[in-house]
Amino acid sequence: MSKLRIKKHNHALNRSFAGDLSINGVLLLFGVFMFFPMYYTLVQALKPLNELWMFPPRLYVVNPTLKNFGDLFELMSTSWVPFSRYIFNTVFISTVGTFGNVMLSSFAAYALAKIKFPGRKFLFSTIVYSLMFNTTVAGITNFITMSALGMIDTYLAVIVPAWGSTLGLYLMKQFMQTSVPNAVLESARLDGASEWKILWTLVMPMVKPAWLTLIIFSFQNLWNAGTSVYIFSEELKTFSYAISQIVSGGIARAGASAASTVVMMIVPITVFVVTQSNVIQTMSTSGMKD
Amino acid sequence: MAKTKTAAVKKQPIAVHDMTKAQYTWNEMKKNKVAYALVAPFYIIFLLFTIVPVLLSVIISLTNFNMLEWPDFVFMDNYVRLFLDDDIFITAIKNTLIFAAITGPVSYLMSLLLAWFINELSPKMRALVTLIFYAPSISGNVYLIWTTMFSGDQYGIVNAFLIETGLISSPIQFFSDTDYIMPLVIVVALWTSLGTSFLSFIAGFQVVDRTLYEAGAMDGIKNRWQELWSITLPSMKPQMMFGAVMAITSSFGFGAVITNLVGFPSPDYCAHTIMHHLDDYGGARFEMGYASAIATILFFMMIGSNMLIKKLLSKVGK
Repeated sequence: MSKLRIKKHNHALNRSFAGDLSINGVLLLFGVFMFFPMYYTLVQALKPLNELWMFPPRLYVVNPTLKNFGDLFELMSTSWVPFSRYIFNTVFISTVGTFGNVMLSSFAAYALAKIKFPGRKFLFSTIVYSLMFNTTVAGITNFITMSALGMIDTYLAVIVPAWGSTLGLYLMKQFMQTSVPNAVLESARLDGASEWKILWTLVMPMVKPAWLTLIIFSFQNLWNAGTSVYIFSEELKTFSYAISQIVSGGIARAGASAASTVVMMIVPITVFVVTQSNVIQTMSTSGMKD
Repeated sequence: MAKTKTAAVKKQPIAVHDMTKAQYTWNEMKKNKVAYALVAPFYIIFLLFTIVPVLLSVIISLTNFNMLEWPDFVFMDNYVRLFLDDDIFITAIKNTLIFAAITGPVSYLMSLLLAWFINELSPKMRALVTLIFYAPSISGNVYLIWTTMFSGDQYGIVNAFLIETGLISSPIQFFSDTDYIMPLVIVVALWTSLGTSFLSFIAGFQVVDRTLYEAGAMDGIKNRWQELWSITLPSMKPQMMFGAVMAITSSFGFGAVITNLVGFPSPDYCAHTIMHHLDDYGGARFEMGYASAIATILFFMMIGSNMLIKKLLSKVGK
């Protein structure tokens, strides 16, 4: 069965055995390089104390234990701000930030991709340019803007900039452009449907892979976001920040530290596994023309 | 663009004749009010938190703003100080360029090569291998495991291995020895770098028109290298362009990863980048004018290298 599939997929032209062998060799080599640290994190998280401090260190675990995870949760319960508060903060910021980004990007992407209005080329080119620099260069002046708007030390300081993330808009616009047929929109317009209605009832269902991708990208960013320089209050800080504070407590916590990394990475990896095919579909239209 | 104009003209052949260009544009704008309403929410935020800050930092870089007093205009003083009086900044520029010049291209070629190889696998294997390669870039601070693997005591697996095999007698302080820091940090950065551009390449290989390969085979293409060079890459050019932008931008943005691995400041400033210098003056010393000058230089370095690479890439397959 599997052999059949390979043949079907691989345009079996111009394929030499030596070539196949070297390709698989290179993939295996890089696979080990990429996978080993992930694997070793998991191993460290499952090691009991005596195996963590053993010489020579083992690359596998003999008596796996969940004690490190237990320690982690115990440490959590000793934090000054109740741990549930950090979890709430992360969930709240991730949800509201992601929702806003997907909505605002979809509105703007639809107009840029499917309505011919003066200025759309210029507006889109600003997005492309924005992908060319890291937004940390705007950090200092953002501090001034946010102070002026009274956003410092509130959730808004993290949420609102996330709404304006340009990678999401870029991907959404490229996807709408290629995968939503103009004829469908034209006929809906002739029937007298408003642009708003077309967007909601026709376009949004068609671009499901794109908004799933935006959800994942935005969620990954916000989930992994540690402390923001714009937030000082302990009770507004995130799960990822709190967990990194807990485990920076020296060698005694090496096991709990690895356990915390495992807890943090499980969520984005699971989300990606579930949605991988949608993400790949969206990325297939990500190309940059000219 | 020309195409869309003629289409619009065809729709209203009578009115267009007597209108000036400005009038025509104004009419089009009024007709498409809804489009402006749709883009407005996003663009207001984008303007406020990305465009204005960048422009503003160019202006602030010409002053000695400290957040407390009204800024004085000092013209190029901050830039003069950066390049003539600040040795650490020169180190930062050197480190940033070395770091970006290695991680950018290597990560780009790695993404492209691996995506090409992955494309030869069966769909199930492809999904699994994609996940393995992509996972480090989305797993938060999992890269800190490298400090355990290269730990400065005998419990780090690398030191343990070297001691066991008799190559060294006492452990190497990998993450505090200036000889090792830069190469190690680059390896870790590369490990986390198979991100958005990698996914874009994976997708790009999958959507190449299969009939092109058959046609190519008939035209005498003998092996997969020829196929890659003359069929696959030319039809993937838009993805390659997007991937390049992503790779370059992120190659300048590893400041936090470096800090988490070796601390701040790094020993002898051996891994001090412009990003760190910016954080130092903007976040700790509140010399906003000076910090803005640093941000402005970094901004133009990023845009400049993107433009350069865009020019180079436009020559692929020509």
